[in-house]
Amino acid sequence: MSEMRRVTAICNGTVVDHIPAGKALQVMQMLRVDIGRSNPISLVMNVPSGKAGRKDVLKIEDRELTQEELDRLALIAPNASVAIIRNYSVAEKRQIELGSELVNIARCSFWNCITQNSREPLPHKLRVISANPLDLRCSYCGRSQSIEELAESIL
Amino acid sequence: MAALGFVGGEGMSDLITMDDLSNDMILEILDAAERLLPVANGDVYAPLLQGKVLGNLFFENSTRTRMSFESAMKRLGGEVVNLSSVGSSVAKGETLYDTMQMVDGYSDIAVIRHPRQGAAQYSADAIGIPVLNAGDGAGNHPTQTMLDLFTIRQAHGSLEGLNVVLVGDLRFGRTTHSLSHALVRFGAKLTLVSPESLRMPTEIIGDLQSHGSDVVESENLAGAIADADVIYMTRIQKERFPDEDEYAKVAGIYKMTADDLAVAKAGMIVMHPLPRVDEIDPSVDSTQHARYFQQAFNGVPTRMALLCRSLGVEVPKEVGE
Repeated sequence: MSEMRRVTAICNGTVVDHIPAGKALQVMQMLRVDIGRSNPISLVMNVPSGKAGRKDVLKIEDRELTQEELDRLALIAPNASVAIIRNYSVAEKRQIELGSELVNIARCSFWNCITQNSREPLPHKLRVISANPLDLRCSYCGRSQSIEELAESIL
Repeated sequence: MAALGFVGGEGMSDLITMDDLSNDMILEILDAAERLLPVANGDVYAPLLQGKVLGNLFFENSTRTRMSFESAMKRLGGEVVNLSSVGSSVAKGETLYDTMQMVDGYSDIAVIRHPRQGAAQYSADAIGIPVLNAGDGAGNHPTQTMLDLFTIRQAHGSLEGLNVVLVGDLRFGRTTHSLSHALVRFGAKLTLVSPESLRMPTEIIGDLQSHGSDVVESENLAGAIADADVIYMTRIQKERFPDEDEYAKVAGIYKMTADDLAVAKAGMIVMHPLPRVDEIDPSVDSTQHARYFQQAFNGVPTRMALLCRSLGVEVPKEVGE
């Protein structure tokens, strides 16, 4: 894997591979690893990929992302592959799973949805109508969600 | 909690969208509403809901929905407590969640109208008592749909395979959103007449077509009258427009007069959720086609049946005995 040589192998942590080209920054945002943390993070973008032509790769050191955190990626990188690294070896491979409902991952983007009041305490919920193509609807107002707009509404 | 032999019962007694009701459930509720007509008329007293309290929560203006729910509850011997956003803690910034916790304690069933879409489902998730959606923003208005279906069945004897023309504000009009979903499940052919800027949202048209429905969009009302079994007029809702100039472009675009109905089938009915502005001329009122005032009255027996269903109270085969 020639693209993996662009950054050094990590000792412990998480590697998220096969991210759609150009989406790695959004992935970082969705995983909440972009702010307030001191873990070293390596990012490669637009590297050649046999599957998709081009892809992004993210390596997060000293942090094993949980399945719940990884499932957030279903919105923008449903086909990404994830490896948990321990002592330079792949200890586990994890799949990103799109459940039937995404809870507290993103806020409904419809301006008049009841959930736009940030003081309302119930969780934000998006129902998965179809996985491919991805069709998500707010569980409260029923509006279809634009995936691009959702990426801006990550919680 | 079995009621009227309905599928569902406890835990399934909210009514938020028409998806909450199967076709069989719809027909059973309409049958129950028919049995309750003498109670709605005041000819028979049947205190089926004695000792029950309805929380009537209207965060938006309402005439017919609020009054007919209140009338329905009182005609069945129940009590009503009212809340409007003016003069309550809502005006002080209380969240809907907190307000609903109070309602949960004060009443046995809640009816909610709210300007925010999704407020009814949110309320149902927030509390344990049944919640009936009386209109959430431009979302759904299923109790209106039930009385509309009651009115259509009353006129045509069946809901199956009718030609229905929906006219006016199909973009923001929650009554037409809920009604169209229900009608296609009974095989209706829908003609959607609206100006370009007020067309039915594409996701709703997609849903309608996914039921195999024949949906035609048009801007021409006159051309749709002759084949119609039902013409459902709606008001262009000024309050839903973010921009007054946009409203001015389409206000008054459809005006039906008695003369326009010369080509209509004898049994065709004209409906309107009311209030009307100028989309139906008063000359239509005295024609055999006008059905909108009857439709407004039908809110009482239909909502009686819905209240009974959600509260798990059976409507006897012979009401009043």
